[in-house]
Amino acid sequence: MKKEDIPQDPSALHNVTKEVSYAVDENGNYVTELSTGWDVKIKALDVAWSDIEKKLADAKQKVLNNEASPLLYFMELKLMDIQILSAYTRFWKWQVKRHLKPRVFEKLSAKKLQRYATAFDVTVEALKNVNLNETGV
Amino acid sequence: MKPEYKHLQAAHCENGVTTSLLQHYGVHQITEPLAFGIGSGLFFIYIPFMKVNDGPAISFRTMPGMIFKRTCRSLAIPILRKKFSSKENARQALDNRLESGHPAACQVGVFYLPYFPKEYRFHFNAHNLIVVGKEADNYLISDPIMETITTMTSYELDRVRFARGPLAPRGQLYFPKEERVVTNEQMKQAIITGIKRNVRHMLYAPGNIAGISGIRYTAKKIKKWRDTLGLERSRSYLAQLVRMQEEIGTGGGGFRFIYAAFLQQAYTYHPVDELMDISNQFTKAGDLWRDAAIQASGIYKGRLTEQQDYNVMGDYLLDIAELEKKAFKQLAETVKKLR
Repeated sequence: MKKEDIPQDPSALHNVTKEVSYAVDENGNYVTELSTGWDVKIKALDVAWSDIEKKLADAKQKVLNNEASPLLYFMELKLMDIQILSAYTRFWKWQVKRHLKPRVFEKLSAKKLQRYATAFDVTVEALKNVNLNETGV
Repeated sequence: MKPEYKHLQAAHCENGVTTSLLQHYGVHQITEPLAFGIGSGLFFIYIPFMKVNDGPAISFRTMPGMIFKRTCRSLAIPILRKKFSSKENARQALDNRLESGHPAACQVGVFYLPYFPKEYRFHFNAHNLIVVGKEADNYLISDPIMETITTMTSYELDRVRFARGPLAPRGQLYFPKEERVVTNEQMKQAIITGIKRNVRHMLYAPGNIAGISGIRYTAKKIKKWRDTLGLERSRSYLAQLVRMQEEIGTGGGGFRFIYAAFLQQAYTYHPVDELMDISNQFTKAGDLWRDAAIQASGIYKGRLTEQQDYNVMGDYLLDIAELEKKAFKQLAETVKKLR
């Protein structure tokens, strides 16, 4: 890549930082230059986020239909999967899977709920009384 | 506690931390490309049985932690690396190091990193930064991705040091144990070792998912994605490939440009003309990776939807594999001439 070809498209890093890019100058020597972003990868990141939003909407619907416990919603909200959630709560993966069922979730002790609340960085109250019709829990 | 520290911005966090720390500890010759090359950072792997954020697990670089380890070992610099079981001990060890007037590097998770924009916060646990001092409850952080020194409260730092999930850092702390002067002769030998190891990894890695054969394997997979995954998921897969290749940390072109820069700098230690020629080949490889990314973006933006478009994408990777194979073969020959 030539120095003058380093893309300078406005990305989400705007106002936070610019990234170092390596490119060759007019004499063919490598130099570094700051770049604000590249449209191609900005779009790639957009795809990742629209996937996340879709999964979140699905999770929300499942919780509303009583097909999954609110934990599923929070798990998607915090970009976690069962493996990560299990690591944060120190529950086994099979336990997390069980807790994702509404019936099992209803009977969880306050102590166990607290472990989930800590992992999601929310209160136990918010976990139990999540109102999915409002935006931004 | 605010020791003099020269912040260094780099393309990649581990290169940056390695370069910055080594410069601080007296190795004035080290640069980001040299650290990357001596640490044999260039790689390719596609792990088919693993998923990252529901997408393919692809990496363009070597395993986290290896660049620092190999570079220090090649230059005979003793290092200390420690994990902790409790936050208290981890914090105490860091504070002790800072009190003695020395910076220390930490492996951290990105998800709770307060100064990162939300769009970039995924559960990725192999980010690296340097803690250079402490003022009241605030730690001064030299993060190679940032343009200047930032701060984190002790609570925030604890949280990212003890992020959990795959590659959990477990409070990991590391630094060179003492100041060292490195001779140019040592640099020359380290460069040779780094090149040889990288040739080995790219050309002779066992199995078909790593190195050059990994690129070919991925090419074949991509051509099948449209049929096996359907349009929507294959778009997400391609977007993930491009993010691994180009997102902050790679210097562009899946680290190929940094490697090309390394070979140019290697030339100043080993004036053998072939090195410059091979450097050009890696620049071409990086350019091709970027052309491939543009093709991929046509697909995930929804402009290109035909099987033919996936074939073109796969063929890009086959061309790249051919080009890199040739470059590494030539590098393997050239490295024999270096003394």
